[in-house]
Amino acid sequence: MDWSQLFNFADYAQLLPLVTNSLIAAALLGLTGGLIGIFVMVRDSSFAVHGISELSFAGASIALLIGTDVVAGSIVGSFVAAAVIAALGSRAKDRNSIIAVLMPFGLGLGILALAAYPGRTANKFGLLTGQITAVDDTAIGWLIGITSFVVVSLALIWRPLQFASLDTDVARARGVPTRALGIAFLLLLGLAVAASVQVVGALLALSLLVTPAAAALRVTSSPKLAPVLSVAFALTASLGGILLSLGGSLPISPYVTTISFVIYLVCRIVGGRRRAVAK
Amino acid sequence: MANAKTDLTAPVLSISGATFGFDETPLWQDLTLDVAPGEFIAIIGTNGSGKTSLLRAILGQEQLRAGTITLAGKPIGHGSRRIGYIPQHRSVDSSTPMRARDLLSLGLNGHRFGLPWGGRKAKARVDHILDCIEGHDLADMPVGQLSGGQFQRFRVGQAVIDEPDLILADEPLSALDLTQQAVIAELLDRERKDHSAAVLFVTHDVNPVLGMVDRVLYLAGGKFKIGTPDEVLRSEVLSELYGSPIDVVRNQGRVVVVGTQAHDHHHPDHDHHPNEVWN
Repeated sequence: MDWSQLFNFADYAQLLPLVTNSLIAAALLGLTGGLIGIFVMVRDSSFAVHGISELSFAGASIALLIGTDVVAGSIVGSFVAAAVIAALGSRAKDRNSIIAVLMPFGLGLGILALAAYPGRTANKFGLLTGQITAVDDTAIGWLIGITSFVVVSLALIWRPLQFASLDTDVARARGVPTRALGIAFLLLLGLAVAASVQVVGALLALSLLVTPAAAALRVTSSPKLAPVLSVAFALTASLGGILLSLGGSLPISPYVTTISFVIYLVCRIVGGRRRAVAK
Repeated sequence: MANAKTDLTAPVLSISGATFGFDETPLWQDLTLDVAPGEFIAIIGTNGSGKTSLLRAILGQEQLRAGTITLAGKPIGHGSRRIGYIPQHRSVDSSTPMRARDLLSLGLNGHRFGLPWGGRKAKARVDHILDCIEGHDLADMPVGQLSGGQFQRFRVGQAVIDEPDLILADEPLSALDLTQQAVIAELLDRERKDHSAAVLFVTHDVNPVLGMVDRVLYLAGGKFKIGTPDEVLRSEVLSELYGSPIDVVRNQGRVVVVGTQAHDHHHPDHDHHPNEVWN
């Protein structure tokens, strides 16, 4: 294997300005994924992220096939998945089986649409495995819109959503609309997933929406520090992934997922040691 | 909040003609009960007698078949900020990002939408409750690492921190040993007096709270009896309620109800003594 394919930093200074859009996209996704990931973890919804991303992929592929806006298609796909999960899966057990049923269906539907699509194959699989180096100005506009909506909404419902997620029975007794918040969360998650699918692809959405938060929760139980660390980890993975992939000729996804995974491993080891000391 | 208490003699909670359960076999029917401010009422009865259903009805989580419930003169909604709630102890996963002090602050402002900045007032209030429950040493521990007794101490603090008019406690002592039961019961009694809240305390064992209850609501076999412990916890009263001979034995300040096994045998795990039911 030729290592210069993996890491090659010649001409780095000339390359950097070409990926400004990608860096902005990565930062936006890191911020959004890191924040919403905390709730994905405490609400035990990692599997939902996977299910939503497959349907989001199907929506995007169908949009590509029929020639409408891919981002809109992917949002519609996300919302359909979020709505089905919200309507049918109020109990965790139901939820997992419904997602497991939805997931292969979404993936199959998406691949069917892609197979029927007459365009270039390279574009096609971007939706599955990511195409962060091809983020144009329109896509950036969409991303800024979606991610700021998600982040602002999340901030506004943060406290009651936290209450409803961590201490459901008491939150309900205190008049917190736990069910409505659960639905709002799924819709925001759907948007965040749709945004990630555009950039890192459906298969890798988990590495920005779940892994950083999972890593943060290994090392802290402070509800303030956890989102900060989670965002920091997600930014490291997404920005770091782009900067590393710039030199080589490989797609960005392996870099992002590997950084994300290594951070998680380190946090697991540190967290395990911390817990052992506490006992 | 305390400032909402305009009339100090009006009942906090008013249940009138309430019937719950199925047509043929109501769990209880025509239940009428006015709870005065600051009153401590123990709701006792065998498992399946509808104790928890009564709490759920007050919280608006279950519909009555007939009758009405009002909280401070207004029909009940889905939970209320005038209610403090103490659920049964359930163990929490150790990776849950919630420290003991967060349990308190969620009880204070977890219902509040908007940006989650704590504020100095909230922090002072949490510190005050930490004083009350002697919880400063444990405040920064993840809730997943608290013992059952420590956890329920914070539950009591959480229930009183927003100065509720009414505290609903659903078997809060069930997972604790006898010493801890006494500690938590006394803490609850002191705190609810300091914060002048009425208490509805669901339990299958009246003994830990016998010294502090004003009245007892005894549910059994679709019927109920309300009165002071001395009026209700008597052989002839309970025999009539169960429709079979029951012996109420008072021994060293404890009340032992003998002869309810037929009604209780489904849930032997709740009984500390196989041959008698502590009621």
